Amino acid sequence: MTDAIVAPAIKATGLKVHFQTAAGLVRAVDGVDLTVAQGAFHGIVGESGCGKTTLARALIGLQPVTDGQVNILGRDRAEWARADRKGFARAVQFIFQDPLGSMSRRQTVGQTLEEPLMIHGTGDGKARRARVAELLDLVALPDTVLDRLPRSLSGGQRQRVSIARALALSPQVLICDEPLSALDVSVRAQIVNLFARLQAQLGLTIVIVAHDLAIVREVCSAVTVMYLGRVAEEGAARRFFADPAHPYSQALLSAVPSPDPRIEATRPRILLEGDPPSPRNPPPGCRFSTRCPVAEPRCREMEPALRAVPHGGAAACHLADASIHAMI
Amino acid sequence: MTAPIYEVEGLVIDLYTPSVSVRAVDVAGFHVAPGETLAIVGESGSGKTVMTLGPLGLLPEGVAVDLRGTARADGKDILSMSPADLSRLRGGFFGVIFQDPMSALNPMLKIGPQLARQAQLYAGLSAEEARKEAVSLLARSGIPDPEDRYGRYPHELSGGMLQRAMIALALAARPRVLIADEPTTALDATVQAQILALIRQIQKEDGIAVILITHDIGAVSVLADRVAVLYAGQVAEEGSAVDVLTAPVHPYTRGLLASVPDFRSDHATGTREIPGIPPSQTQLEPGCRFADRCDLVQSSCRTHRPPLVRLGAGPVPHRVACPVVIAAEGIVTHD
Repeated sequence: MTDAIVAPAIKATGLKVHFQTAAGLVRAVDGVDLTVAQGAFHGIVGESGCGKTTLARALIGLQPVTDGQVNILGRDRAEWARADRKGFARAVQFIFQDPLGSMSRRQTVGQTLEEPLMIHGTGDGKARRARVAELLDLVALPDTVLDRLPRSLSGGQRQRVSIARALALSPQVLICDEPLSALDVSVRAQIVNLFARLQAQLGLTIVIVAHDLAIVREVCSAVTVMYLGRVAEEGAARRFFADPAHPYSQALLSAVPSPDPRIEATRPRILLEGDPPSPRNPPPGCRFSTRCPVAEPRCREMEPALRAVPHGGAAACHLADASIHAMI
Repeated sequence: MTAPIYEVEGLVIDLYTPSVSVRAVDVAGFHVAPGETLAIVGESGSGKTVMTLGPLGLLPEGVAVDLRGTARADGKDILSMSPADLSRLRGGFFGVIFQDPMSALNPMLKIGPQLARQAQLYAGLSAEEARKEAVSLLARSGIPDPEDRYGRYPHELSGGMLQRAMIALALAARPRVLIADEPTTALDATVQAQILALIRQIQKEDGIAVILITHDIGAVSVLADRVAVLYAGQVAEEGSAVDVLTAPVHPYTRGLLASVPDFRSDHATGTREIPGIPPSQTQLEPGCRFADRCDLVQSSCRTHRPPLVRLGAGPVPHRVACPVVIAAEGIVTHD
């Protein structure tokens, strides 16, 4: 299986997820290519309606795919899940935005953590209890939570439980949908650090959907920026943040205020006009052209493909190539 | 310094439900002057919203409330006002922007007439003037094609446009104090930046007082002149935005700011964490509320509530409720 060793953790090609609604066809994900290297901590960012959550769900098969293909650890995801559902679940796990909604309210923390081990027939009762203790230790929860119900836990504790549950079967890939957005600032830092520590300790591949860009820069090794169902830009996190090539990425980064009011008082800001267009009716040409301050006539006619840009990643912008990009 | 236009002192708010009582605000206060933006910063449950809106009678439904202290608007004691006077004050003197625009706008009514009614009732305009005012408020709030939007229902607008419509509604009565309760939390980054810029512009043009209630340090950094940091119903630190955000003193403020990464700095700023979670506020312990999560905790912290002590000699008083850090670092206090 030398192939599996060099294969990326996730490779999506031409992925599309369309929804038929009363108001028309929603192109939530509309032709996305995504490669996540093994061992990467990959952030997917973008604003609401850009398709980032749908993409994450489609990667693991929680969302039926309209078109395209997903390979996970070198295997076709759909075929793998069909042939060996449990084996697939052992390899790939998902963490939801709302931990309370993803746990049974009537199961104690101990039962919640033991359940995947029972379903997968891992060890006897004693071995399972030992594994549960190990999991609590991994996510830094005291064993006093074992008999408690999710309701009685704080938001941060609940998210730790859902992380521990996802880790129960020692997956290689963890996909997380906005695992931080329901948490308070000081608790969010605890969970961010927990992810970073787990990734280093267990050699996991982590995909995290997020809208807090500062946190993505802090912990992610790679980043994908989405806009209206498409990838606007992708690259290594540090280099992307230092020199974003797509005008949308530049505006998105500019929109994040600095915590230092002295910087805020003088910093030039890019303010985009209007809201993102509806994914029901994406504009022709470049999808960002309706809000782009530097759009040219060709941007409104021809949709740009992803191509190499100076920071080493790629951007879908007619005004960017390997040596130069637009500045707004 | 301009005299405060809204001022709250020694406020205590207890909230009771049949099963539990919570001291949401525990002897805390703040003041804001015309032309000034005060940010009240805290995490969920810190009491920031209850402290700001409680004296106006805007409190969670279905809980019994015991409220003590003083609160003055434009010099008038509002806690002893009749419900009718308080209602008039809420409608006219104060404008409130909520996190969720749908909690302020009536979904059954067109947007324009809601604004016009507000302008008629509180700014004393005629029906015709009020209609014009509503259109110009929509325009001023950055809503394109305001004549058309005047006749639209709330559900026909996008999230960012609704937030703007709510800001227009809050301004329709020509308030002297604008209270923005987490105005950008539900919005996307690029829309957040637009809304913060809009609030800043309105504040500059009208010279009104703005109170920003938020947990978002970035929004504070953009808008605030002064900051009060609230922890478990008590003010931990207050001062100018530059002092509090760039030279915090209270261990909680320091921890909070260290947990907010800044991607513009060249090196990893790190997301330092504060261990533990805030206290439940159902059992009132004496002493510092932050003691259980604090690195510097001493035995006296658990027995005596630390007073707010003014530091240095800056023009904007910088006050910190932590004698331990002041003594440990030899920080000069203001006598």
